[in-house]
Amino acid sequence: MVKKSIHEINGRIRDGSVNVVTAEEMVDIVGELGAEGAAKEVDVVTTGTFGAMCSSGVWLNFGHSEPPIRIGKLWLNDVEAYSGVAAVDAYIGATQQSQSKGIEYGGAHVIEDLIRGNSIDLHGTSPGTDCYPRKVIDTTINIYDLNQAIMLNPRNSYQKYNAATNSTNHTLHTYMGSLLPHHGNVTYSGAGVLSPMHNDPNYETIGTGTRIFLGGTQGYIVGEGTQHSPAAGFGTLMLKGDLKNMSSEYIRAATFEGYGTSLYVGMGIPIPILNEDLAKATAITDDDIVTNLLDYGIPSRDRPVLRTVTYGELRSGSIDINGKEVPTSPMSSFKKSRQIANELKDWIKAGEFFVSMPVERLPTTTPCNAMKQSNVDLLVVDIMSSDVTTIHEDAGFHDAAKIIMEKQFNHLPVVDSGNHLVGIVTAWDISKAVAKDEHDLVKDIMTRKVVTTSPDEAVDISAFKLDSNNVSALPVIDSNKHVVGIVTSDDISKLLARRH
Amino acid sequence: MMIKINMAADIVTTPILAEAIIETGSLLNISQAHFDPIHGEVVAEIPSDQLVKIRDALVSRGAEVVVLNTPIHRDEEECVECGACISVCPVKVFSFADDWSIEADSDKCIQCGTCLKMCPHNALALGQ
Ligand code: SF4
Ligand code: SF4
Repeated sequence: MVKKSIHEINGRIRDGSVNVVTAEEMVDIVGELGAEGAAKEVDVVTTGTFGAMCSSGVWLNFGHSEPPIRIGKLWLNDVEAYSGVAAVDAYIGATQQSQSKGIEYGGAHVIEDLIRGNSIDLHGTSPGTDCYPRKVIDTTINIYDLNQAIMLNPRNSYQKYNAATNSTNHTLHTYMGSLLPHHGNVTYSGAGVLSPMHNDPNYETIGTGTRIFLGGTQGYIVGEGTQHSPAAGFGTLMLKGDLKNMSSEYIRAATFEGYGTSLYVGMGIPIPILNEDLAKATAITDDDIVTNLLDYGIPSRDRPVLRTVTYGELRSGSIDINGKEVPTSPMSSFKKSRQIANELKDWIKAGEFFVSMPVERLPTTTPCNAMKQSNVDLLVVDIMSSDVTTIHEDAGFHDAAKIIMEKQFNHLPVVDSGNHLVGIVTAWDISKAVAKDEHDLVKDIMTRKVVTTSPDEAVDISAFKLDSNNVSALPVIDSNKHVVGIVTSDDISKLLARRH
Repeated sequence: MMIKINMAADIVTTPILAEAIIETGSLLNISQAHFDPIHGEVVAEIPSDQLVKIRDALVSRGAEVVVLNTPIHRDEEECVECGACISVCPVKVFSFADDWSIEADSDKCIQCGTCLKMCPHNALALGQ
């Protein structure tokens, strides 16, 4: 059994005899030498990842103004920062959006601008007190004017993340990028073989105090991240580092269309190979890392798992979903992850970076619970109208017009011979058809892309669907695509009126 | 080269593409098509030296032909080479090289704009 100490390894870093390889290179070394041989041979394995980490932000200290102010509300380039702490400290979060520019510019962009040395407009307000009489401050600052600019990411570098796809009939814009209709593509995140936490899954060397690569400089692990869920393989880390030494090469602002802003963060963890178990763990390959493919078309916390998938499959460029080859896209950059693992390797080889043991190990059993919701949400079944008439797709559109008139509905779901929902006809579709005097069958004039709901969906989700798809009714269907009711924007408006 | 063919309601149901192909003998490779009862839009790849012939054949049948000559532009400074744009492009303009750099075969671009919305770093633009 090989046993090495951190002191021994740091001694080798100091005298230049250290053997460092990246996690990608380690796969072959363990393959050739076995875990024991590799543990003797290799002292440190470096990892790296570069991807969207929404849960990121920076603590800023501006120094005192004259006369002094205790800032209560603060905007940096029109992006609100949290300043409800002491007088001139603030935390700018990556996902906060500019009040004037929306998702085009957010906290992440302020952070990138700071790193680039650009000027930032600061506007702060305060109620004014005897010791802090000033009520408003307006100035321009840059990173060099700040006393501290400390990046603190409450939840960073997920051990692994779910892959995403979309079963609906319209494109979804998510923090996993654009998801095309009918499982048109799959997106995934994470660096697989180079992924930091996957290379030390038992958190032997990763914990509070571990020195790491963060944003192009040395940083530290503060401890477990929020939503740390180790049992499920979804561990997370809280990280800190000095923004003043970071580089825009490794910290980049991002905007996800239809979602908001986020920050791409580059980080890497060195894994000191203290024993052969660690050598074995760092030999993990993309094919060994399994994650779930989730359907983001279901706007619920419990998104259905379509299948499990390995990072090896995801990185091959396409995967199979129900017999169909679907192209995959990573959201994180493997090239940059590799660059980070190599840069960290160079630092260690050059004697500029020493490895450390955690002063406290990360918890391995923390649960990650869902939010406690004390108010019971209303479901579609509670408000839908079950008195719904449908029409066959081969019926004439005059029949549809008659039903709409008699029943005083505005929306008529269309079904096929198996009674499955295939479309919807509205009074508007009928008017159009009459005006053009062109078609006579319902199936020629109906809208085929129907947005639907199910009886057990929360009313809030239906309201969101109505709004975001710009429609005024949703047929309610069961798992066999049979129409069991309909919900209209009127039903929801009435409900909301009662709530307020 | 890529062209976009617009057809108004009155000709959308007539086989003008087939007629133009027969008349000119030119190969026209359709890469995207959208039809509704009032309008049709087809994006096709054609041999560059046959543009005039094909355009005349289509225009004489009432279509409108636009040459798509401003393909996708990728700002290499902004791009972090994540590859998010790969899976949404209908004509597979983007791909990974062996070293996981992004390669873009812009000549194939049909200017649909889908990748612009996908790119988290605003590195893609059309019409430059
Ligand atoms: S605009 Fe983008 S997505 Fe569309 S064809 Fe061109 S490269 Fe592909
Ligand atoms: S999505 Fe944008 S940043 Fe990512 S590879 Fe494509 S162009 Fe580059």
